Order: sequence, then C-alpha cells, then structure tokens
Amino acid sequence: MKRLEGNAKLLGREQYVDDLQVEGCLWGMTVRSPVARGRIKEIRFSPEIDWSEFVIVDHRDIPGANEVFLIEKDQPVLCAGEVRHVHEAVVLLAHPSREMARKGVRGVEVVVEELPAALDFRVEAEPARVQWGEDNSLSRLSINKGDVEAALASAAHVVEGVYESGAQEHVYLENQGMISWVDDDGVVVVQGSMQCPYYVLNALTHALGRDEAGCRVVQAPTGGGFGGKEDYPSNIACHAALLAMKAQKPVKIVYDRGEDMASTTKRHPSRVRHRTGVDESGRLVAQDIEVTLDGGAYVTLSPVVLSRGIIHAAGPYSCDNVRINGRAVLTNSVPYGAFRGFGAPQTLFALERHMDVVAKRIGMTPEEFRRINLIRDGQSTSTGQVIDDGTDRVGVMERGLELAAYERKREEHASFNATHDYLRRGIGFASFYHGAGFTGAGEVYLASKCHVAGLADGTIEVLTANTEMGQGATTVFLKIAAEAAGVDVSQVVIATPDTHRVPNSGPTVASRTSMVVGKLIEKAIDDLRAQIGAAADAKGAALTDAIRAWCSSNGAERVVGRSEYEKPPEVVWDEKTYTGHAYGTFAWATYVAEVEVDLRTDDVRVIDFVAVQEIGKVLNETLARGQIQGGVVQGIGWALMEECKWRDGAMANNQMTNYIIPTADDVCPIRVEFMENPYAHGAQGAKGIGELPIDGPAPAILNAVADALDVEPTAIPLTPEHLMELAREAHV
Amino acid sequence: MRVLTPTNVEEAVAMLAVEEDLIPMAGGTDLLVHWPEHLEARERGYLDLSGVESLRGMEWSDAFLTLGALTTYWEVVTDARVGREFRLMVEAARQVGAIQIQSRGTWAGNIANGSPAADGVPVLMAYGAEVELASAGGGARWVAMDSYYTDYKQSVKRPDELITRVRVPRAEYEIEVWEKVGSRRAQAISKVGLAITKGDEGWRVVAASMAPTIRRCAAIEKLLTKEAAINRPEDLLKAIGKDVSPIDDLRSTAAYRELTMARVVYHALKGRVSFVT
Repeated sequence: MKRLEGNAKLLGREQYVDDLQVEGCLWGMTVRSPVARGRIKEIRFSPEIDWSEFVIVDHRDIPGANEVFLIEKDQPVLCAGEVRHVHEAVVLLAHPSREMARKGVRGVEVVVEELPAALDFRVEAEPARVQWGEDNSLSRLSINKGDVEAALASAAHVVEGVYESGAQEHVYLENQGMISWVDDDGVVVVQGSMQCPYYVLNALTHALGRDEAGCRVVQAPTGGGFGGKEDYPSNIACHAALLAMKAQKPVKIVYDRGEDMASTTKRHPSRVRHRTGVDESGRLVAQDIEVTLDGGAYVTLSPVVLSRGIIHAAGPYSCDNVRINGRAVLTNSVPYGAFRGFGAPQTLFALERHMDVVAKRIGMTPEEFRRINLIRDGQSTSTGQVIDDGTDRVGVMERGLELAAYERKREEHASFNATHDYLRRGIGFASFYHGAGFTGAGEVYLASKCHVAGLADGTIEVLTANTEMGQGATTVFLKIAAEAAGVDVSQVVIATPDTHRVPNSGPTVASRTSMVVGKLIEKAIDDLRAQIGAAADAKGAALTDAIRAWCSSNGAERVVGRSEYEKPPEVVWDEKTYTGHAYGTFAWATYVAEVEVDLRTDDVRVIDFVAVQEIGKVLNETLARGQIQGGVVQGIGWALMEECKWRDGAMANNQMTNYIIPTADDVCPIRVEFMENPYAHGAQGAKGIGELPIDGPAPAILNAVADALDVEPTAIPLTPEHLMELAREAHV
Repeated sequence: MRVLTPTNVEEAVAMLAVEEDLIPMAGGTDLLVHWPEHLEARERGYLDLSGVESLRGMEWSDAFLTLGALTTYWEVVTDARVGREFRLMVEAARQVGAIQIQSRGTWAGNIANGSPAADGVPVLMAYGAEVELASAGGGARWVAMDSYYTDYKQSVKRPDELITRVRVPRAEYEIEVWEKVGSRRAQAISKVGLAITKGDEGWRVVAASMAPTIRRCAAIEKLLTKEAAINRPEDLLKAIGKDVSPIDDLRSTAAYRELTMARVVYHALKGRVSFVT
C-alpha cells in the first residue's frame, strides 16, 4: 500500500506550518541569551527601532507558571533573572513583517552578568559551577544483578574500555514552527509541527493557567521529528500562544535552520565505561558499566533517556552479574532531548564496540564471542527479564553474516589490503536489540486511549493523538483499521490529531505507535462491534451495514468504539529496584558494515551494509524498509560525520554547510531483511521498529574500521580528523 | 534592495564607475547562502549582469578557450570539447554544490567571490588562466589568475572594475590532477583542494583551503622541477610549510590539512613521474 500522503509531499502540495497563510498573522521571533550562564541585569531596546509597532512578551506576561511542563518543571518558558544556556529564550517579539521582526531581535540586547558555566559533563563540577543538587547530577539510576565484584575477582579475563559519543542534531527537513491564535470562543489554539499534541496541550494549560477546554492543539503536517519534536514543541507553542494572546492576533513562529540548530535539543553526548569479566570458555561472567550522559541545562527528559540507556547497556547477552550505574549531568548547553533511540544508541555503541575489543583481547573472533553469549530462551537480561519469545537470536546474527558474505569478505580484504597503495577494507558488525514501547510501567502511566468511530454513512474514522511525521504512521493505521474491520482502505479515514477531537493515545515516540496504538485501534473496533450489537467477528459489509443501521435507528451521526491500554499480565516491572520486564518485547537485530578507509584522507566510506532484524510482523514492507534504511543513514552520519562544534557553550557550526550529514552519494545500498515472530500484544503481531536501526550502525562501522586498520577507535563521530589523530597516536 | 540592470558592458562599467560598492551579480549563488540572516545585504545595490548578452557563452580560438563572465559550471560540464581539452575544469565543476548550483553558478563569480575554498579557481590557475578586468571608458586589462589574489577575499581588481572574461591558454599537459577533499562526497566545501598540471611551461601546483587565498605552491613546484626524490608523503611537508598556512576552523584542522595535502600530492604523482616512488 502506498503512503497516504505521499503524493502531496512529492508534489509539494502538503501545507506545512510555513506554508499556512493566516490572515493578519504576525511573525514571532525570539531574543535569546548571549552567554551560557548568568544573571540578567537589563534588557535594552535600541532607540533606533520604533517599538510601538511590535508586540513584546517577557516572563511577566505568562499568566500561569513560568515552567515548561515536563518531568521536573525546572525549565522556564522565558528566562526570568537567570540564563542557563546560550540561545535560551528571554524575550519574544512579533511584527507584521518578518524582516522587521528579525531587525527587532537584533535591536534587543540582553545584558547578562556572567557566572561560571559547566561546559564539560565529563569533569566533576567545582562548587561555583554546581546548579542542580550536590554535583549537577540530574538523575542517577542503577541496575544490579548478581555479584559483580566477586565475579570480576574470579574471572579469567577482565577487559576495560571507555567509549564516547557526541551530540547529534536531528536535521528534520522541516524546522520547528507553530502558529497560535485565540478563536471566537476565547480558546487558545496552537497548530504546528509536533510529535505529541497532548504534551503540547499539557505545556499550554500549565503555562497559560487554563484548563484543557481553554486550549486546543492541532498537528500540522510535520516534516520529520526523530524526537526533536517530542519535547521542544512545548516551548515554541507556549511562545506563539503568549504572543498571540498579547497581540490578540494570530502569530506564527518558524525557526530558520541556524536558529533551530543553535537553540533546540540534540542527542545526549555520552561516556560509557565498561569493565567486563569473561571466563576461560569465553562466557560473560560480569558486566560492570558506568553510563554518563550530558543532560544539558535542564532536566527535561534526561531521566527517561538515562533509563532507556542503562536498560540497553548490557545488550542482548546473558550474564549473571551485572552492575550498571547511570548518571545524567547538568551542563550549560541546550537541554539534550529526545532523539530516536533515546539513550540506547549511546550505550549500545559502547557495548558493541567493547564486545569486539574483549573478543580480540581473549583471542576469539567477534562472532564466536557473541555466539556464546547471546541470550537463549529461558535466560534473562540485566533487569532479570526472562526472554522466552522463541526468536533464534544466534540465527539472526548468522543470517546477517551470511548475507554480508562475512567470511569471504574477510579473506578478500586480507589480500586487498596487502596490495593496495592507500585503501584498506574491513568488515564489522553489531548484534543488538531495542525495547518497543514505553519503558517499564510507562505504558501503564500513559493509559492511552483510542477511539474508532463508525459514521452514519458506514465510514470508519480512527481517532488517535499519534502523528504522521514522515514515518508512515497514518498509512499503517489505515491498514490496521481496514484489515481489522475487513473493509477497503477507502472506507477508513484517519483523523487529524486535534486535542478537541481525538483522545490521548500517548505520544508518537518510543517505537510504540504501530505496536501499542495499532493494537488499541484493533481493540476499539472490537468495542465498536459491541456497541452496535454486531457479531464479534463482523467484518466488511456486515460491519458497515450494522454501523449504518445503528446510526439510522438511533438518529446518530456516529457511534464510537473505545479502547484503553491494558498491561499484558506477564509484564511485571519494579521501578524501585529496576528489575523485571523493562519492555513488553524487544526487536532483535544484527547489522554488518563493510568499510573502505582512504589512507590519503583518513576518510571512512561505508561500501556495503546489511541490516537483518526480527520485528514481529512487517505491516508495510516499503515503509518498514524505509524506516530501517533511514535509521541506518542517520547512524552512518552519527558514526562518521555529524559533529556539533561548541564555542563557549554555543553550537558554532549551526549551518547545513558545516554540520555534515550524509548525502545520497555517501550511502551505499542498504540491504534490509526482516524476520518475523509475531508478538501477541502488537497490532497484527508487530513490534516497534522506529528506533532500532539507529542502534547498530555506529558500532558496526567502528568495528569495521578496527578490522581495516591497526587502531581501536572508541569515540564517535570518527571524522577523518579524529581518525588521523588516532592513527598517529597508535603508531607513535 | 536596489538592482541595476545594464544591457551591455559599457553600461555596466559606467554604473560601477559611479557607484563603486555595487555588487555585481551573475548566478547569485554566493549571495543567497546567508541571505536570510544578512539583513544589511538587502540595503546594498546590485548590478544584475544577466541582461548583458555579450558576457554569455564560450569561444575557442587557436590560442585560448575564453569563457564569458556568465558562463556557468553546467555549461562546462556538458561541453564535450572542454572535457577533452580541459578535463580538470569538468571534474571541478561537477563537484561544485549540486546540479542546481552548477547550473546557476559562474566561473567568474567564483573568482570574484574570492573564497579560499573555491572549486573553480584552482583548476583555472593550474591551466594558467587569465582574467579580464574592464572599466569605464573602454579600459580593460588581463591579469594572470596566479597574481590575482592579494589576501583573504582581496584581489588586484579595483572596485570600478568588472570581470568580463576568463581565458585559458590551450596547451598539452602530461599530468593533470584535481583532488577535492571534502567532508563528504557531494555538496561539500573543500577542506583541501589540489590542482596539479605539468605541461610545456613546467609544473603548476595550486592549493585551495590551505591559505587565505587559493595559491600556487612555489616550493613544491621547485621540488618537482628539480625532480627531487620523494619517497613518502612526509617528504613534502617542508615545502608545504613554506607554501601554505592552513588553519583550524569549523571544517577541519591545520594538522589534517597539511598531512592530507602531502598524501594527496604524493599519491597523485606516485608512479606517474619517476622521482616519486
């Protein structure tokens, strides 16, 4: 089935925020902090500008709490007195002319008395730089299984390693943007680019001091998110609403690329330390892991990112003794936020690079070492979750290696490398997993709701808060609903996420949409059948006729079937001890990368890539393949190219020319293969796949570089400049 | 924003004579890069050359290939004869931005912009090209590309002068090399650019992104001319140190640029000339 909105996007007809023409609309712009940390002394408005033409908003205009509603509510909507990072929002301006609004921003000077900033999460903050708790720790979490110290003491080998990853920018095609206006009933409406309408709604009600009826959030077609539109849209939505309320006119805020890159969230930088005990036979006996994430200036989502990070940190391996200590640290940079993978890519990069390092140290091949240790059914993860899903995890790995012609390539590379003047080839892989849906009890707290309405003409309308952002969610929902109802897709419509119309089915994040919300759609259709007295297996005409008949005899325009998330009984999670079922299910994968390193330039090129994964059930082959390939490309960028360069706490390369993402020419064919082992609690048996593909590429690629050269890279991005330094150190 | 629209060169240079801070505009690709942020750029005056027909097209004579100042990269990419005689021009043009930029961006604009990372300039310099500067009253002079730049974004061109033509002498070359080291394989700004030719007039080695301007590398040329034995890339480092002065910036580091230039020159010549082994 083709993508529902594909033609509109291909033909440029899709109306994104920036395309929406709203009569009498003002342009909103943001005046930002010039420094990483300090006290605002004064805000100076240039006398050369006629400020009577502008609408000006600062923290005093906020009717509710000056807090962005999230876990800790420590981030202000607009700075009042204190700034915590460069480019933090201080004052908002609106003007009918976009150019004048831009000039206005330059005419406002935020005078700040600077305070000592914390700019490196890896060093302990001296007292003058501590801004949260005793030591800037935003969150601490740990997992404990068995007795790590005893196991390390008696292990035949103990191998240590430290691995680091940098910040990554989302580079969604469409920058952040919101429009806000106050409608005739006095409701504050926000329409814009977002993943999570109800997060935005919660932020609005909190900051504006209104109830849910007084605010309305509507998703506009969204040009990519990758997590970048999970948390940040709450900030910009509050900004647009504050301006619109003060102006009593519609206000549009659309960031340009430079502003977006400089001031919005990114992937958490990380440092992960491993100490691994292995017995004589190559079996893992102890994993001692320390995870440190740079959280940026506010708590935002860091505790949850850290949680997902540590849960994935020990990987898909069986080990009886595991200790994982995680810490997210405040620094004076933009808050690091949600980004595809949510902490797991960082810890899995470290783990899978380390697995190769350990294998080499104990004289085993990477595949032998993993073959011994991959979880078998009946064994448990670090949280003690017993895996018993019947998936052949070793088989997933073997299939990846087979497709990549791993053995043959190794032989070919040996002779190629011995003869070529300046090219070196290598092959490497990563075996990994990704938990689908919210972590632990997360889905229970969310208590997602879904409606499926039968309309008087027999049409079926699916109402969820889940958003299409380019990943194909609406197309997949359409298929799930049509097949559950036994009708043609033309008889199903997917409602635009609008908080005045759709129930809160939770955020569009965490690889949960198809699996969790898709399942809710199926259940809501069951409920619809029950509401109208149709047979439990009524499908097709039997169902649509029954809907029409019910509406007609009840004089109703619609009849609504409802569903709410119910925890599968076997999922038991203890938040206090971090033990039990961290996820309802995991997708399992092995990714294999072949690289060619140019010794003239130290440039690493991925020349072949194989991605094999078991994902429950493929709902739409084209879209699923697209998710995997897109994730791999994003992973190639994270591994080799994408580097945020910082100057005094600000991103200096906030342009597409200098923040380097891969082009089509930098990407080889990505060969995707799916294995299926249906999951009982996912729509049609599906597991989540949105995040999985960002976990594997970086370690696979770096393992391939280690194979090609006589170096052990431990940090990403492995740019040519970094590889040159590494090679120099290795050969001195 | 004020735009003047001359229809011939005389008009254009007359306008420049009156108003020296007019910005001549051909493809406009350099201007658009920072247009949204450069508010002051909108208050400037522009000299739109698109109506000056005589600046279009390429001409061949016995001695030269002459490019009008409006000649785009794409015209060169798609011209088989240029491809045969000046292979490096096609190779360099293909690596400028994407096709959209190649079809609007001009060789003369690349010269005028004066970026030390330009892709068009190094190959022109390696082919011994000259640039024609016209001024009011029928004045015109030819300046060799390798003496055109004086400092970062500075040149011998006076504010009242306009680049009208670029001519490339037709000659046989034994060796022609263009290597662009960018941060990715397409749509990249060069971190190191190198154009090397050897013909009847000897060696020309031109480096981009290695100094405040694109420049000839006299010390490397001297090494090559005297056929000094070069057995490994590091043998070039001393000469590179004399010729260029790379910096650390957002795109790369001085150390990377220096060593990469040495390696690229070495591997480009290894086995092709007897003294590089």
